[in-house]
Amino acid sequence: MTPAQTLPMAASDRRLLVLVGIVLLALVTLPWLGSALIVDKLIYLFILVMFAVMWNLLAGYAGLVSVGQQAFIGLGGYALVRLVEAGLPPFPTIFLAAALTGVVAWALSWFMLRMKAGEFAVATWVIAETIRSIVMFDPIVQGETGTSLLALNAYDPDLRRMVLYLLSLGSMVVMVGGTWVLLQRRIGAESQAIRDDEDAAASIGISTFQVKQRIYIIASVGCALAGALWLASAITFQPRTSFGVQWSVFMLFMVLVGGIGTFIGPILGALLFFALQEIFGDFGAWYLAGIGIVAILFALYLPRGLVGLWLDRGRDEPLSLRKRLRLRE
Amino acid sequence: MLDSLIQGILLGGYYAVLAAGLSLMFGVVRFINLAHGDMAVLGALGSLWLVQSAGVVVPLAIVITLIGMAALGWLMQRFIFERALAGGFLIPILTTIGLGAALQNGMFAAFGSNTQSLGAHIGNLSWSSWQLPGGIIVGQLPVYMFATAVLVLGSLHLLLTRTAFGRAVRSTSTDAEAASLCGVDPRKVHRWAAAIAVALAGLAGIFLAMRAQVTPFSGPMMLIFAFEAVVIGGIGSLRGTLIGGIVLGVVQALGALISPQISILAGHLVFLAVLGWRLMHVAASERGGWRAALKAVFNKPDLSRSQA
Amino acid sequence: MTSAQKPALTLTDLVGRHGQLQAIKGLSLTVEPNEVLAVIGANGAGKTTLMRMIAGLHPVAEGGILLHGAPVTTMPAHERVKAGIALSPEGRRLFGDMTVAENLMIAAENGRKGDWTLSTVCDAFPQLTPLLGRLAGGLSGGQRQAVAIGRALISNPSVILLDEVSLGLSPAAVEGLYESLAGLKGQVTLIVVEQDLTRAMGFASRLICIAEGVLELDGTPATLSRQQITDAYFGIHKAEEPSHA
Repeated sequence: MTPAQTLPMAASDRRLLVLVGIVLLALVTLPWLGSALIVDKLIYLFILVMFAVMWNLLAGYAGLVSVGQQAFIGLGGYALVRLVEAGLPPFPTIFLAAALTGVVAWALSWFMLRMKAGEFAVATWVIAETIRSIVMFDPIVQGETGTSLLALNAYDPDLRRMVLYLLSLGSMVVMVGGTWVLLQRRIGAESQAIRDDEDAAASIGISTFQVKQRIYIIASVGCALAGALWLASAITFQPRTSFGVQWSVFMLFMVLVGGIGTFIGPILGALLFFALQEIFGDFGAWYLAGIGIVAILFALYLPRGLVGLWLDRGRDEPLSLRKRLRLRE
Repeated sequence: MLDSLIQGILLGGYYAVLAAGLSLMFGVVRFINLAHGDMAVLGALGSLWLVQSAGVVVPLAIVITLIGMAALGWLMQRFIFERALAGGFLIPILTTIGLGAALQNGMFAAFGSNTQSLGAHIGNLSWSSWQLPGGIIVGQLPVYMFATAVLVLGSLHLLLTRTAFGRAVRSTSTDAEAASLCGVDPRKVHRWAAAIAVALAGLAGIFLAMRAQVTPFSGPMMLIFAFEAVVIGGIGSLRGTLIGGIVLGVVQALGALISPQISILAGHLVFLAVLGWRLMHVAASERGGWRAALKAVFNKPDLSRSQA
Repeated sequence: MTSAQKPALTLTDLVGRHGQLQAIKGLSLTVEPNEVLAVIGANGAGKTTLMRMIAGLHPVAEGGILLHGAPVTTMPAHERVKAGIALSPEGRRLFGDMTVAENLMIAAENGRKGDWTLSTVCDAFPQLTPLLGRLAGGLSGGQRQAVAIGRALISNPSVILLDEVSLGLSPAAVEGLYESLAGLKGQVTLIVVEQDLTRAMGFASRLICIAEGVLELDGTPATLSRQQITDAYFGIHKAEEPSHA
């Protein structure tokens, strides 16, 4: 061991962080330079990164494999529509919608977190369907038809795009950075202990329910925020799309392909998924079927994802939290 | 009202068949196949394809579909699920979500999005009915389907309780390692259980194709209904599954009296209520039963006061 | 040479791991047909791992296992049952939601065919007869152990492994079981893991002691002194031997 390695962060990681900083700076200035199309696409990319990071927090770190995060994606969007309809200003309301969804997640957590593994997975899905059914009773949603965030049309399209872009970028940075900080704290190690063996974690004094509950609520608020941002960029709220299980499939794909339970994996996965969608998205159903097949292959043959492939070559995981946790103990 | 009740009970047979496959996989192979509904749709669209495009008569198409689905279940267990199960609890969930997405979109790409039904190919059976005393009209098809469901689940029950194969299956589901010490090959048992489970999904799919429209994206909803029926009836017994299916069917039929939207929602709510009650019951018994749990709750302030 | 003349069981440099840990560290042992072998050792010495390796439940990392001269090292457990090895595992592992008769039938249906059937097993273990219709989950410890041994016997093995025979049983139940087991002597190779030293020395024709995954002692009850056995049990070595720690 050289002294350099015992420092809190490896040199390669610091270089990576500097690079990330430069990219972020470039991204902030981009809307003044780039075309509207690129800005729109990047908003979608940021939203995907948020989804992936949140799902990874849930499944990769706390072992809560949810097939129902679309409940919160949809609720975030719905709350935004409802509150704006009631006269609140659209942009700040995005955050209020996410916070309100967090309250719903808190209430649901008492019930949901008592289930395990596959049971939890299907139950989250039923909850998503239940919430969708209830939302469809709202007269402004008009059942399957859905509604639009018409209030946003009052803004100049370019201004609206720019504000949304910056909000999405900011939210993504906060979510990714917040996850980084969160996982380095005690709760990061505790949640992984629970994922690996819940009974053992409980026996060494970890209050497993509390840890899972916090992660569940954080991941739900994150998905709601990303969902509200997505709705603000898509304008149209349709229950079937907003509450669609495809979001879970996308999240699963990004996290699994990137590397579940790693910090950098889901971000890589989101970039890759975004690229795949750009290249093969026109193939429609065949493309989506391919996504499913790739997910199966990764689950069976490369369950640690691309980051795992990197690790197998004897390299260090970039921005690894594992190493730093070990150093702290 | 009585009409809806009867319809609901008959519908329950279909749900029970759908749920039995899911329950069998969960009970014996120990994982929830999240693509179970999509497999049912595959069975439905497969039989439709046989009838419409290959010109096979309906009874033969049903037999071919069931055999094909059983073979598919065996192969999937052998080549996909076995490997997935070796990777801990995460991998089977991830694998079957991926499988579901692949099946849904693959079927959409192959068969198109047209909603289709076998109803047009079974002659007057799809609309014939009997008139019962009291002016109640019962469709013949739902009655035949319910009878088939009871027959199938009954034979499955006998198979599991009365035969050497059934004993091997039950021993494996209780303790696979101990079963292997008795000379049972757990992997073989798992493969045959998967074959039966997927064939049951196929049968449920055929039922659905006869009584309603099927789209490539009907699967997720079928999975949810199956899961609801399993949980309502209690995991691990076929009689429970039948009861769970009937309860779900009746609740949905009664809900439909108010509106079609309420129908599905009512099913979800009953499921959540049953699940919630069960979880609370478990939580309470961990604290020594209801009385002790309530006592603990009420005594909490006293405890903290005495400690302070 | 017929298979009857070959050793019933031959273990060669057997290594078994639990993750990074070596539970069995290069153990060699030959057991003759119809021998009655008692295995003793402290908790965590590797007795159960050894039994599980012989039965095919625990993978053999290195070394080999021969059953009547034929290799079974990589054979899965259910095939070893058909080759003639039966293990009554630690904790009995009965199928609690099935009847005693069903528990026995599973092993009869999937094991080897031979003289042991439901009725002959009940003759050898008369305490089973009144229990046949009862659920295995509701039995007492002694009854459960009798069922577990019966379940091992009914697959007509040539080698029976009994892990922790008397653990958790009342003295009277242990007495009854050993009386029945004595009737099996000479018909089958018996390997018994037994914590009770007196019982082991009284029952077996040969005794081995395992400590920390290594064969510490091997002899007959007549030739071994209690002191030797106690030393081996706790892994105490003679002064001239270097410690392996």
